[in-house]
Amino acid sequence: MTRPALPASSAERVSRSWWRSNQRRLAPWLFLAPGMIMFAVYVIIPIFQSMWISFYDWDGLGEKIWIGLDNYRELLDDDAFYTSLKNNVIWLVLYLLAIPAGLMIAIFLNQNVWGMRLYKSLFFFPFVISQVVVGLMFSWFYAPDFGLFYRLIELLTGQGIAVLADERYVTYGIIAAGLWPQIAYVMILYLTGLNNVAPDQVEAARLDGARGWRMLWYVILPQLRPATFIAVVVTVIGALRSFDLVSIMTDGGPYGSSRVLSFYMYEQALSEYGYRMGYGAAIAVVLFAIMMVFISGFIWKMWRDEAER
Amino acid sequence: MFPTPIEKTGPAIRISYQVAVPIALFIWLLPLLGVALTSVRPASDLAQGNYFGMPSYLAFDNYLEIFRNTPIGRYLLNSLIVTIPTVIGAVALSCMTGFALGIYRFRSNLLIFFLFVAGNFVPFQILMVPVRDLTLKMGVYNTWYGLAAFHIAFQTGFCTLFMRNFIRALPVELIEAARVEGVSEIRIFWHIVLPLMRPAIAALAVLVFTFIWNDFFWATVLTNSQDSQPITAGLSSLNGQWVAQWHLVSAGSILAALPPVAMFFLMQRHFIAGLTLGAVK
Amino acid sequence: MSMKRTGRTIGALALGTALALAGTAMAQEKRVLRYYADYDPIPLAAMEELIADFEAANPDIDVQLNNFDHEGYKTAIRNFLSADAPDLANWYAANRMRPFVEAGQFMDVSDVWQENNLYDALSSSVASMTIDDKQWGIPYTYYQWGIYYNRDAYKAAGVELPGPDGVSWDQFVENCKKFQAAGIDCLTTGTKALWPGAGIFDYLSLRTNGYDWHMKLTGGEIPWTDESVRKVFAEWAKIQPYITKDHAALDWQDAASLLVQGKAAHYVMGNFAVGVFKEGGMTNENLGFMVFPEITPGIPRAEEAPTDTIHIPSGAKNVEDAKKFLAFVASADAQTKLNAKIGQLPTNKYSTVGDDPFIKAGFESLSTASALAQFFDRDAPAEMAKVAMEGFQEFMVKPENLDRILDRLEKARQRIYKK
Repeated sequence: MTRPALPASSAERVSRSWWRSNQRRLAPWLFLAPGMIMFAVYVIIPIFQSMWISFYDWDGLGEKIWIGLDNYRELLDDDAFYTSLKNNVIWLVLYLLAIPAGLMIAIFLNQNVWGMRLYKSLFFFPFVISQVVVGLMFSWFYAPDFGLFYRLIELLTGQGIAVLADERYVTYGIIAAGLWPQIAYVMILYLTGLNNVAPDQVEAARLDGARGWRMLWYVILPQLRPATFIAVVVTVIGALRSFDLVSIMTDGGPYGSSRVLSFYMYEQALSEYGYRMGYGAAIAVVLFAIMMVFISGFIWKMWRDEAER
Repeated sequence: MFPTPIEKTGPAIRISYQVAVPIALFIWLLPLLGVALTSVRPASDLAQGNYFGMPSYLAFDNYLEIFRNTPIGRYLLNSLIVTIPTVIGAVALSCMTGFALGIYRFRSNLLIFFLFVAGNFVPFQILMVPVRDLTLKMGVYNTWYGLAAFHIAFQTGFCTLFMRNFIRALPVELIEAARVEGVSEIRIFWHIVLPLMRPAIAALAVLVFTFIWNDFFWATVLTNSQDSQPITAGLSSLNGQWVAQWHLVSAGSILAALPPVAMFFLMQRHFIAGLTLGAVK
Repeated sequence: MSMKRTGRTIGALALGTALALAGTAMAQEKRVLRYYADYDPIPLAAMEELIADFEAANPDIDVQLNNFDHEGYKTAIRNFLSADAPDLANWYAANRMRPFVEAGQFMDVSDVWQENNLYDALSSSVASMTIDDKQWGIPYTYYQWGIYYNRDAYKAAGVELPGPDGVSWDQFVENCKKFQAAGIDCLTTGTKALWPGAGIFDYLSLRTNGYDWHMKLTGGEIPWTDESVRKVFAEWAKIQPYITKDHAALDWQDAASLLVQGKAAHYVMGNFAVGVFKEGGMTNENLGFMVFPEITPGIPRAEEAPTDTIHIPSGAKNVEDAKKFLAFVASADAQTKLNAKIGQLPTNKYSTVGDDPFIKAGFESLSTASALAQFFDRDAPAEMAKVAMEGFQEFMVKPENLDRILDRLEKARQRIYKK
């Protein structure tokens, strides 16, 4: 197009051949454009906007007032924030139990008997169900007086426990509900992984006398490494994203003791009693920073794998 | 800790295994079974304290009742109306981005790819305030397309990761050959690569369907009335009305769970292929 | 294969859209009035009847009621007022409507008050509906709070029934011990949604330090660490051991069924609960009502009487018909009928109060009260209400945490009021 003017009839031909000679350079950008624009508008840019908003006092209706770091200063002195943070750590640690648990179930089910395919899908079932439904199911399970779990505890100890009303147990109760689908997810990852475990290697190891934990640790697990990586990624992300279950099962209660950062953020920014967009954004930034540590780790590993190819 | 294949063991072990699996499954699905049973329990049973025994009769009326007295049908329809365009949109966009990142070598390729991947992992809360604000300003708050637009954009991150890796595994020779014959890039995409991507498209479609159907957070942030609320948010608000009426809560839960479950059983192979892509290489 | 399926879906979508369009075209004959509300089942039925009456009187108007769940509505309203305003919306009087009034999201409806002579008819609500000398909505009902009790539980525990003036505070605490011995919760509540606990606090506060003090407290003028606040909690501590243990896991309706089943004896609640008690099988024979006992002798008796209201959002499209609707809701006849059904008190003084003993008792209790409070979460700003109600809930579970709770509340007070 930068050439000097040409007769109109050949201009078209030129631009066409220009396209032809440059299309391999331009095509990827054309293909990327719609997806990238959408992703930038709805994901990338909002991240920075949130960081920006966290420096303001804003109720979502009126004027934004610049208050610098005040939101963060307030966070440092906010008990509810520390409760949420502590619960997030508990979530993260206990959620990782999904990995050994999922592996155990996967090994247990990794057999060829009649109907196994159906069993495997039924074990996977909880993952397909919405967390809202899972939350309602476990609320029913824990319900004081008539919940199955409450009754069971009552039978064993003579005194039922209202899990969701007791600050000592509430977070663990919700995590148990979250682990149910998460274990199913990890299980399916490992089941697929186990399909690819080389049977001859297992046999060879068996002949060498490897058994029990040693077999698992030195022979099987190394072959499952890719599955383990994905399992860790989805479990960590899942633990930090925990919002639905808290919202459905307790709404953060009793007296805020089951809050996690994601829920506390929503509560501050959008709920009935709070419309503090700036403060909420500050909580989100903290959560994002925590998540970023993990995301960077994942990305770094994936980047290395890519580079090795 | 790695058991011998069951075929190679004695009959005693084999039989006990075959007994153990269904028992384990029963315990595993206990919460689900309990809720399923409660959903057909007549209200009178609950009032009389019959929470765990067999229902005195199968009260499928519970399901009729919620359809008659609550907008649950509307909620289910809303979910469908949001989910289907999202599936189409996200899959379409990511076919293109995946193609671009999987086929072409250019300098910022990896950078853009990892931007998509990283964005896919961010906590929703960091997006919440600006996205809600944007949706309000565009005048699409509380509409299915406002919600679907966000979902399409966000899912594009995950779908791009998926599609790009899938395309990377396709034979490059095919494309090279086409180029030598002077086939344009767009035609390569449409006539050569896209047909090969069918399994990936199917797998992604099922996965995205499930993700979106089950989304609760964005449904509460971007919609608020029964004209546009999907079933997850609808169920949560119905739960507020059905206090202590567990037979109705259960019936509603089962209804909300059915479509993704059906999708899973119908498209099981694709579903698992989608979830586990990357888990094994 | 996937293409074919997609084609079919698009077809189905197109069909759906066409049907939806046909639907609107038909409804266009009438002028639509969109009304967002948060009714529980009993008031919902009553309001639907009122709407039917209104539509019968105005055949050219079609009122489309979109009902939200009660708790979810409180969040939703913030969104829809700015994004997708209906023509009418439910809300509450006093401080609770202030943020929306100040943000310009509710419409000034003083003209409806003037044209329909409501300053006279709704005189008792003028104060709670007025901000900056203008009125911002129409009250359609209010109701008393007090103590509802189960006479059968009294019999089961062998406790003497309260007289027509209720019982004294000391007697109440004394009775609680007897109920406990009989395995009955003396006082029940369900604080999962937090607010029921605030009812107990409000009464203890009104009875210990009086109405003026309570208003200062909710207005942020009294430090939560003040000795006078501790006095309120000291009274609360007397009954704390006799409150239903798992209240934090219960919704108010769950606690209501404890009262119905006789597992609990008393419930500090609003009169809207009577419908739920009766649905559960209680009758005027075994359901009792008394005003909350006097604590500090000589303090003028104030009561809780929250007023529920309807407003016109500033973004309303059909303002003219919305005002017609408000005038209708304010009218004596409409309020008589509506409140008779929901078992509450009409705000229009020319309405007749039903025959129901609880409504009569409420009318009696409110008309003789020295002052009326709205409710903690309507008198205090929303953020303060949230923190405080969590504190109330925590205190009822762990009274030993009082110092920490009060410190937290005080910190919140300093932040929220001193801007």
